[in-house]
Amino acid sequence: MKPRDSMDLAEAVKAATSPFNVIGLGTKLNLGRPVSAPPLDLSNFKGIVAYEPEELILECGAATKLSDVEKLLSAQNQMLAFEPPNYASILSAKHAGSIGGALACNLAGPRRLKAGAARDHILGFTGVNGQGEIIRAGARVVKNVTGYDLPRLMAGSYGTLMTFTSVIFKVLPKPETEQTCVLADRDVSLAVAHMAQVLATGVEVSSAAYVPKHGTYLRIEGIKASVKARIDMLHAEMKLREVLPAVRSRKLWQELRDVQPLADQNEQQIWRIVMPPSETAEFLAALPFAHDYYLDWAGALTWLAAKPGADVRRYMKSGVATLFCADEAARAKTDVFHPQAPELAALSVRVKNAFDPHRLFNPHKMYREF
Amino acid sequence: MLRMPEPDQSVLARRVEIVTAMRRIVPHASVIESPTQMRPYESDGLTAYKQLPMLVVLPETTAQVSAILEYAQAHNVKIVPRGAGTSLSGGALPLEDGILLGLAKFNRVLDIDFTNRCVVAQPGVTNLAITKVVEHNGFYYAPDPSSQLACTIGGNVAENSGGVHCLKYGLTTNNILGIEMVLMTGEVLRLGGKFCEQAGYDLLAVMTGSEGLLGVVTEVTVRIIKKAETARAALIGFPSNESAGQCVADIISAGIIPGGMEMMDKPAIHAAEAFVHAGYPLNVEALLIVELDGPQVEVDHFLARVEKIATANKSKTLRVSNSEAERTLFWAGRKAAFPAVGRISPDYICMDGTIPRKKLPEVLKGMAKLSKKHRLAVANVFHAGDGNLHPLILFDANKEGELARAEEFGADILRLCVKVGGVLTGEHGVGVEKRDLMDTMFNPVEMEQQLRIKCAFDPKNLLNPGKVYPTLHACAEQGRMMVRGGALPHPDLPRF
Repeated sequence: MKPRDSMDLAEAVKAATSPFNVIGLGTKLNLGRPVSAPPLDLSNFKGIVAYEPEELILECGAATKLSDVEKLLSAQNQMLAFEPPNYASILSAKHAGSIGGALACNLAGPRRLKAGAARDHILGFTGVNGQGEIIRAGARVVKNVTGYDLPRLMAGSYGTLMTFTSVIFKVLPKPETEQTCVLADRDVSLAVAHMAQVLATGVEVSSAAYVPKHGTYLRIEGIKASVKARIDMLHAEMKLREVLPAVRSRKLWQELRDVQPLADQNEQQIWRIVMPPSETAEFLAALPFAHDYYLDWAGALTWLAAKPGADVRRYMKSGVATLFCADEAARAKTDVFHPQAPELAALSVRVKNAFDPHRLFNPHKMYREF
Repeated sequence: MLRMPEPDQSVLARRVEIVTAMRRIVPHASVIESPTQMRPYESDGLTAYKQLPMLVVLPETTAQVSAILEYAQAHNVKIVPRGAGTSLSGGALPLEDGILLGLAKFNRVLDIDFTNRCVVAQPGVTNLAITKVVEHNGFYYAPDPSSQLACTIGGNVAENSGGVHCLKYGLTTNNILGIEMVLMTGEVLRLGGKFCEQAGYDLLAVMTGSEGLLGVVTEVTVRIIKKAETARAALIGFPSNESAGQCVADIISAGIIPGGMEMMDKPAIHAAEAFVHAGYPLNVEALLIVELDGPQVEVDHFLARVEKIATANKSKTLRVSNSEAERTLFWAGRKAAFPAVGRISPDYICMDGTIPRKKLPEVLKGMAKLSKKHRLAVANVFHAGDGNLHPLILFDANKEGELARAEEFGADILRLCVKVGGVLTGEHGVGVEKRDLMDTMFNPVEMEQQLRIKCAFDPKNLLNPGKVYPTLHACAEQGRMMVRGGALPHPDLPRF
């Protein structure tokens, strides 16, 4: 099924008697629990509807390629500040995917520390719910509290609530330049402490990561004079091993964004774990199985590779863990997304029913219950 | 005046019984039932609307809130949650047959966590109090609604409050990490925590700005950030609203995101200057305050560029703050704009539409026409960076028909905002004030979709009914299954 336009999509959903595997550009098919249903191909919903740099607004078809969006914005020195990652290599996909997919998966890169995730930049969308009704939510304005916040609810819903045909995002100016300061940390506790220490200064780092055996990375973005002044401030605060110039800095953060440090872990599963930074070191120390990892978001995000079946969640005090990369059989039998408390799980089912009462969209992709 | 749902006489008849039940849950004095003592609760910041509740209950623990809601659910009693009562849209307006659930006793900061850069607070803690407990280390909580001295963090969550700095730092929804909340069933849920994600759907986003219709928030975890090294402001006068508007667009196009960017029109400038003597130029049509914050060198660099852009847009006056005192003075007039207008007019109502910024001249012209049509004056303050307009309509409630005319004027302004691609409310919420205008933005299908979310949280429609959505509707109807070709779809699936 490949609808031509919104009306066509609405008709297809209305007439449906069995569920769909909702697909934009098909780059996240290996993310989440496997969906066994024929595809609902939304790739026709592409193209720019409106781009107004001076209004900081971009509206485009949900299936517009992220790379096309980034090219367009870049020409005006703007960007999607949440820095959508390209998981192609770890999810066996062809490219980074679509902007609608970035919303559905609530993507966020290393700049989350400063700029947030897709959910912090989405302003509106048009889509079709599970009853085949066309719904428009939000608007081309950056500030809006009229009614429930449907656009943000769509972030991280993995196509289980609505199918999107177009999206409206807030865009922001690109920093003029960037550099990265490297600390020679060899110990994860020390690295997390250093990252917290830096975030308590006026240096305004936009990303902070730790890669074992390599050290702690602190990204500083802005105009040239400001970047230089802030690196001087950091020098005064702590011992820097080196400072990476713009080209190397960009390459580094792109690699960390795209999980390249763990990309060749073929036999392993990859987990994406978010927890309070203060709990990260203890969590890692408690793991009784062999693992590779690195930290982003000043220690709030752990990317971890471990043998299949490793029970990562057992060692977490709080936070959420997602089994991000695993073969289909494993994703079918494991809780890919973090289990919810019973009351929350029941509420989630009711929210699902509010949008898709016949369970047409991506059945069981997030949880067994729906 | 807007109509509220008809009171349920069978509930009013059970009032004594309900009071007794509440006193089994909270201490005797925490249930207020005399009209005199309930008087402070009869309205919120939208003072044109007043209604005494059936009774006021002031719980102080989550367990008490849970027990109160469970009772209300079982006995079909409506609940109106209230923080500090500063809402400008009537979100906390009581119902004659409802319990006013005051959360003022939830006033403790529970955890100050610099390592994870967050604060855990009870919902009755004020917005500014959160900054007060962390500022000794140079941190603060970013959203700064103008009522921040009085408004509570729980109310901020309910309204998704903004402030003058939200273009750069975001609204409440971008600055909270987690909540504890209670559903009408009494079930206690936790969404998020001291980290930036949730298990499952982003229900924290739905709760934020839900205006007390979905659940009662009993604890909030907010993100705190380090205060910028420095902040400086430019005060720029323009010969026309158009040139000021163009200056704003040019600043943004140049890649500059100011910490705050405020615009005032001539009536607002004059009212503010007469009140606080901030040194505002009186011979200009529009005034911009552009504040840059960040590292010193960056602030100086961008300010120099802002000056150039302003000059290119024919600015008539331009002053840049050279001290913290001067910066504060620039802001004093803007921050006092509402009371300043209150001085020149017996009454005013404050509207809150958001528009695409480039439509500002068109909307201001339209507003001038409407001002003639309704024979009432209007002053404008404008969060220019994010297109959020606050027209202040001046009227005298003691004059026959003026309130009604002011409300009609306000509604016309909001219709105009929607017509140019904007929205009814940028930060004050819909409440009762804009409830009956919701159909200018949403068609019936879109409205139904939103009401189905309400049903997922509060199927009996007992939590703050009559607010935000113009129609009350029965949720049972939503639960019906569509039968196609004689068979239920997916008969293998469990149905809830």
